Amino acid sequence: MAQGQTAPGIVAGRLSSEDLTANFGDLHPAYAPHEAAVAADRCYFCHDAPCVTACPTDIDIPLFIRQIQAGNPEGAAETILNQNILGGMCARVCPTETLCEEVCVREVAEGKPVEIGRLQRYATDTLMAQDIHPFTRAAPTGKRVAVVGAGPAGLACAHRLAMLGHDVVIHEAKPKPGGLNEFGIAAYKTTEDFAAREVDWLMKIGGITMESGRALGDGLTLEALKAEYDAVFLSIGLAGVNALTVDGDDRDGVRDAVDFIAELRQAEDLSSLPVGRNVVVIGGGMTAIDAAVQSKLLGAENVTVAYRRSRDEMGASRFEQDLAASKGVKVMFNLRPVAVHGKGAAAQVELEYTRSEGGRLTGTGETLRLPADQVFRAIGQSLQGAPDALALDGRKIAVDDRGRTSLPGVWAGGDCAAGGEDLTVTAVAEGRDAAMDIHDALSGD
Amino acid sequence: MADLTTEFLGITTPNPFWLASAPPTDKEYNVRRAFEAGWGGVVWKTLGAEGPPVVNVNGPRYGAIYGADRRLLGLNNIELITDRPLEVNLEEMARVKADYPDRALIASIMVPCEEGAWKAILPRVAETGADGIELNFGCPHGMSERGMGSAVGQVPEYIEMVTRWCKKYYDRPVIVKLTPNIADIRKPATAAKNGGADAVSLINTINSITNVNLDTMSPEPSIDGKGSHGGYCGPAVKPIALSMVSEIARNPDTHLLPISGIGGVTTWRDAAEFMALGCGNVQVCTAAMTYGFRIVEELATGLSQWMDEKGYASTREVVGRAVPNVTDWQYLNLNYVAKAKIDQDQCIKCGRCYAACEDTSHQAISMSPDRVFEVIDEECVACNLCVDVCPVEGCISMVPMQPGEVDPRTGKVVEAGYANWTTHPNNPAAKAAE
Repeated sequence: MAQGQTAPGIVAGRLSSEDLTANFGDLHPAYAPHEAAVAADRCYFCHDAPCVTACPTDIDIPLFIRQIQAGNPEGAAETILNQNILGGMCARVCPTETLCEEVCVREVAEGKPVEIGRLQRYATDTLMAQDIHPFTRAAPTGKRVAVVGAGPAGLACAHRLAMLGHDVVIHEAKPKPGGLNEFGIAAYKTTEDFAAREVDWLMKIGGITMESGRALGDGLTLEALKAEYDAVFLSIGLAGVNALTVDGDDRDGVRDAVDFIAELRQAEDLSSLPVGRNVVVIGGGMTAIDAAVQSKLLGAENVTVAYRRSRDEMGASRFEQDLAASKGVKVMFNLRPVAVHGKGAAAQVELEYTRSEGGRLTGTGETLRLPADQVFRAIGQSLQGAPDALALDGRKIAVDDRGRTSLPGVWAGGDCAAGGEDLTVTAVAEGRDAAMDIHDALSGD
Repeated sequence: MADLTTEFLGITTPNPFWLASAPPTDKEYNVRRAFEAGWGGVVWKTLGAEGPPVVNVNGPRYGAIYGADRRLLGLNNIELITDRPLEVNLEEMARVKADYPDRALIASIMVPCEEGAWKAILPRVAETGADGIELNFGCPHGMSERGMGSAVGQVPEYIEMVTRWCKKYYDRPVIVKLTPNIADIRKPATAAKNGGADAVSLINTINSITNVNLDTMSPEPSIDGKGSHGGYCGPAVKPIALSMVSEIARNPDTHLLPISGIGGVTTWRDAAEFMALGCGNVQVCTAAMTYGFRIVEELATGLSQWMDEKGYASTREVVGRAVPNVTDWQYLNLNYVAKAKIDQDQCIKCGRCYAACEDTSHQAISMSPDRVFEVIDEECVACNLCVDVCPVEGCISMVPMQPGEVDPRTGKVVEAGYANWTTHPNNPAAKAAE
């Protein structure tokens, strides 16, 4: 029997297996061919299309949609993957509502954009279902490149380098590759083990070796990598999680949202995953929303997201906010954490209302207490384990527009590198572009 | 609402919308339902001579081409005339006509080019009480291989001869249905008139192969791996039909010969256009085959609403209204100068006008970094391509320049008068203006 939403504390098995399966099904189910045809027909094949400009990886969207229209989804997939080798994942997780679809001229005209993300998924799924890898390697160059971190940036960089004839070794600290594609991101956005399947598919290019278990500062050093390889690409992500710095942050029941999401993504059986009855998520980004929605889908009775600034300033898009609301999550604004109360374990979160004055946030003094047996920290991640020798830009690795760090022979991209939004698609673009620059640098030798 | 009652060849129907001779009118069941739906008349599916009826293929009879969202734009068929016994058709026609005296029932006929064949069938058709006959000289597939259909329609002498026989053996209106598979439509129309036809109807279908199956390399529709050209119809053929209708309407030899307009009539607007070019009524087929009989409600209400707005009290006032404006290219006013204008409020910034003009026309549209598209009057020849490719109706318009203004493209003052090619200085054959 399921425990139910009102069982006290942090317990597993609140919902039946059937409910959990339904809750964690595909957020946007794949298009059937007819649906894809109808959706594709809406594209106007714009000149110098705004959607392409909005895409961090510059996918030729009108072309790939025209290819779908003309009955060539495989060709469409190749158009996509040429620019974005993780086009399958990006089709699922990109916040298209703030990228390509936001600027679609049909969004402007009718408030209904061409569903670019779902069409991209249709194309890439069609190709991958046939187990086709449409790229081949150039003649071997004899050059070897180390990629540190097997997230989107690292995978994109490695694939492009391998395609250009270089040999690549990816060093991944975790036992599985994929980075946030595998361990982050809400489960309902990437169902059926897609992240792992996509990596397997990507590796078919050949010339990429995956080594796991070592990280920079934990078995690997930048000096040794530089000595062993012709170039190094760092895509180590943001391994640190920002603390709440409030009283009670260390109480039982308080944990990092990213760990909860990773645990959920790796769970064999969702009914074995404990979740609180009253869950409060502190933060305002995609991680906060993903943790909140999934808590609700696991069967928490009350889930609240508390964000310290206003709705307009929230990192999570309006679409994500609405998604959370539709699942029964309450999103509250202008509330910052003051303390986590409880006798041992968390029982309440105390929050203070805020206002913004000239961009500075101040507390109003008015507070609010919410019941909370589980509290998730989702106020951002930080760079961890970056070699001291690298210059930083703010709290991230400084890079130029080609991905070059302050050290010769070392490039960086993805969330660990300064510049760009922390999105899968941005990471792919940075990895790809760094690969092209590495290739230029190595070819010039 | 305007009264749509229409008289054509003395046959009065509640509206000008008839169903063309085709699969929808092949039998009593369909025709009764069509009349119940509100159609003003039907031309019964073409009757053949007494005896064993023709046979049809037992595979696909139709092929199609599509626009966006799989909207059917063109239909092709290889179906022959009715494959039911003559006697059955005649009995059904008589019953239906008796029950619907206020609707037109026309018998389409296709029998061999022998006087005896026509002499035999016409009295039997007359007995049904049908309001008239339509001579099928149009079908381009199958029957034409047997010397009928378009094989007759392509020889004006045969048209005149057969029409004469029909007028001799039949005392009600005779409509001659013309094939468009001919170089000059005025010739068969004139022949029909000379033979005594009361009207012509056009167009019948156009020789066509809609597509080729790239797996089997067979034309579609494919019968066991082979295909034959069919007859093309539907929205795609409307412009061809309008042109042919207009040629007959403005030809001195056939001017005022009643015309029943056929060819891609899909909405009330199409019907009004055919009528404006001289058709006394219209016949519809593909639209009904695509959407069902109920479209007649849209046709009727749309035409009536438009007539009200324009102050036309009867369909008679619409017929032929546009004919005086159909002319030869050489008489078009070369002093008329227009410029494209883009309504920035309506523009959705797709840039299709820019791509079309920049790549394939006159480089007369500019694009700013923030995607504002504007017409460069110095380059614009008012070709209309931007209007044609714009997804937003009414966003781009062609604005005429006023006399006295200077056309920035040519540097010349726009003149008030009318001047055409026949007097243009660049025309070697120009006559001095008098």
